[in-house]
Amino acid sequence: MAKQPSLACRHIERKLRERPRVRIRYFLLAILFWAAFTGGAAAQVKTLVFCSEESPDTLNPQLSFRQATFDATSRQVYDRLVAYEPGKAEIVPALATSWHVSEDGLRYEFRLRPHVPFHKARHFTPSRPLAAEDVVFSFMRQLDPRHPYHQVSGGTYPYFQGLGLPKIIKSVTAGDNGTVIFELDSPYPAFLSILVLDFASILSAEYADAMLAAGTPERVDMEPVGTGPFQMVQHQRDALIRYVAHPDYWRGKTPLDNLVFTITPDATIRFQKLRDRECHVVANPDPADIPAMTLDGDVKLARQVGMDVGYLAFNTTKPPLNDPRVRRALAMAIDREAILEKIYQGIGRPATTMAPAGLWSRGKPPPPPAADPEGAKRLLAKAGVTKLEIDIWPSPVGKTYLPDARRTAEMIHEDWLKIGVDSRIIVTTGRDFIKQTMVGQHDAALFGWIAETLDRALFLAPILGCEAAKSGANRSYWCNGKFDRLLDEAARAKNPSERETLYALAQAVLDEEVPILPIAHSINFTPMRNEVVNYRTSPLGGHYFYGVDLK
Amino acid sequence: MGGEVPAHPALRPFPRQTLFRFFITRFGMVVPTFFGVTVVAFFLIRLIPGDPIELLVGERGIAPERHAYLLKEFGYDRPLWQQYLGFVHNLLNGDFGTSIVSREPVLSEFLTLFPATIELSFMALFFALAIGLPVGILAAVRRGTVFDHTVMGISLTGYSMPIFWWGLLLIILFSGTLGWTPVSGRISVLYYIEPTTGFMLIDSLLIDEPGAFKSALRHLILPTIVLGTIPLAVIARQTRSAMLEVLGEDYIRTAHAKGLAPMRIIGIHALRNALIPVITTIGLQTGVLLAGAILTETIFAWPGVGNWLINSIYRRDYPSVQGGILLVACIVITVNLLVDLAYGLINPRIRHAGKS
Repeated sequence: MAKQPSLACRHIERKLRERPRVRIRYFLLAILFWAAFTGGAAAQVKTLVFCSEESPDTLNPQLSFRQATFDATSRQVYDRLVAYEPGKAEIVPALATSWHVSEDGLRYEFRLRPHVPFHKARHFTPSRPLAAEDVVFSFMRQLDPRHPYHQVSGGTYPYFQGLGLPKIIKSVTAGDNGTVIFELDSPYPAFLSILVLDFASILSAEYADAMLAAGTPERVDMEPVGTGPFQMVQHQRDALIRYVAHPDYWRGKTPLDNLVFTITPDATIRFQKLRDRECHVVANPDPADIPAMTLDGDVKLARQVGMDVGYLAFNTTKPPLNDPRVRRALAMAIDREAILEKIYQGIGRPATTMAPAGLWSRGKPPPPPAADPEGAKRLLAKAGVTKLEIDIWPSPVGKTYLPDARRTAEMIHEDWLKIGVDSRIIVTTGRDFIKQTMVGQHDAALFGWIAETLDRALFLAPILGCEAAKSGANRSYWCNGKFDRLLDEAARAKNPSERETLYALAQAVLDEEVPILPIAHSINFTPMRNEVVNYRTSPLGGHYFYGVDLK
Repeated sequence: MGGEVPAHPALRPFPRQTLFRFFITRFGMVVPTFFGVTVVAFFLIRLIPGDPIELLVGERGIAPERHAYLLKEFGYDRPLWQQYLGFVHNLLNGDFGTSIVSREPVLSEFLTLFPATIELSFMALFFALAIGLPVGILAAVRRGTVFDHTVMGISLTGYSMPIFWWGLLLIILFSGTLGWTPVSGRISVLYYIEPTTGFMLIDSLLIDEPGAFKSALRHLILPTIVLGTIPLAVIARQTRSAMLEVLGEDYIRTAHAKGLAPMRIIGIHALRNALIPVITTIGLQTGVLLAGAILTETIFAWPGVGNWLINSIYRRDYPSVQGGILLVACIVITVNLLVDLAYGLINPRIRHAGKS
């Protein structure tokens, strides 16, 4: 899919016409390209085409919660203060070179990376590199309702507001010598993990000021200007997004010259485009196409276990499910292997712990125990349960970590019949399901959960903590002081091995009490053509094209 | 026997009052249709479960006070009848609303995307006419032959073909297996084209890129076939039956008796009269084309109004859905009105039908 030389030169000439102030740089680039092409060398403009599944709803990641929006914006155009080390759960410097956290955990001071240039846009040419004002602008816009940009483009910041950050962050101010200071209202151990998320992208305050002065503040959200590896040059809604490599990117220019997102909603069509060389990488394949992709000699599949879990939650407030022995017996009767085979069909991995293994633990997780109906019967008898009927509420919306909750419920129903437990499957609409299970109408509910950061405390507390039991987000209503304390201590632990031990102890409490039964973690596939090299999957999902090359 | 024989209505001169009354009657029918569409567009989207605010903020949810604030901001806290009256009031002032997702005016979004839909629909209609008319005429002339039965069989199949399945089938065959056509999109991503007119065939000619026009044309082939299949089948069948009716008329027999060339009889004398009902059919196909465009655009990732409407429905973007449906309906109503008027002009019997 490489461009013809003449086309590339025309493209650059057009860019030259659009941005007269940067003519010299592009002119030099054009000469370099021209020399390379006319010299008959193998060097060609490298254009990677990514077939994405939907159009971004906005071009500002602060305003969205959609993966498609993040893929198109924060993951190519913007950077954040900190990032995860690729493929690991370690937080490493990005736009901040270092940081200091006060003893009381209420003050975070970040030192900014010097000489980080912003992109140029059609209506804006930056006059200065990244500064503390940019970080202050990026957060205060979301935090302060009186900020001149707060209401621009709707004033809804789903992630920032959804995480409750307006009640956690007290202020964001510029410090001395290129530092930024975050003051918190209360200690928040996972604060650094939060800053890795897409909504924490750093926008240009200078651009925002210029657009405000020009009377077009919404342009900031429509024509993004960031510090990231690619700069957006064209967006045709529901059709394509075109990027060129940022030549002065602070981590070094990416090997690709151009990146194109073509919006292709249908998964079958995306696969055809991949086979037809119209795409190099495609998003979210149809699981039914995975076997054909495996057999296609021109296509390779990147696999990544998702940071998520599909699970069965027992309502521990309803007798006899308040007895851990009964819960254990019911869990023992379920044939999870069969569920994986029939429901997940190759897109799931057995779950033995709630938190997906891999990045979060050093050892290999043990295989899930096989179903033991006889053992389950004995345990039920020991608990004094002779007759039991359970209402199972399956989640009505299919997700990768729980593709078909209703069929899963049917299989569980069959398994429980074998131990003399009858069950009814309660099917509801999405809204009713959420509402009714939040007030504890269910005996058991099939649910799923997906990680937003690689912080384990943030993964477990919202579905198993005591606070979540009060709000109803913890569908098992299980509240265990020891478990909560262990999570809290682990989140604060500075030593990774100490943290590991504490999480293992927390998991042991879960294994003993069985408030919920983990069923599977999803496997995310990213199909791509063989010529794509250095593509790295992200444990949290999403597509990042910095460093990717075409051979 | 001295009484005057009344002339055939078709031979009478147009009374101006009759023509005026005909136009007024047709326009009069448009107004209730328009208001009917506003009711359907407004209430149908609200019948679909799902809260636009909750979909706007995503799975993380939203604080109740923020939810209430946004409901108030968008006006969704008011009773439905008040919302509807507000919607109609804005419409009468030329305001189709603002998308709650993109925050752009619905009319501006529609106009940006509409050229893509027009281009595809026009090509599909051209395809349907270019094949449907001659095939229908030939089938009528060769009535009862193998050709006639084959064509009518194929057209019935085409008419019954589910668009989604048909599109996927063509893609798998022509793009996947044979590699003759691109899978989807409007032009190869290698061409950097800023929309000037919005019509890719024209824009690709305006830029100095060799191969751009060819690429745009190749991208149109499959969507055109998929969208044009049903209108093609309808036009072919309608042309055949209209031609059969006309070919049985006395004046055609007379023309044959006078020794006129068969081609002249069919092409000039028969076709002219047979085309009158076909024109109405073409007008009615506008609605079919725009409805089909929704599916075709989704399959072929065609960035037109159909694709936009589907996405807006998924996101419960009420203003976009109701404004978009209304604009599409207005276009269909206008085209049908124009066809009615044109039909009235070329076929005087229609004008007089109401009077008699």
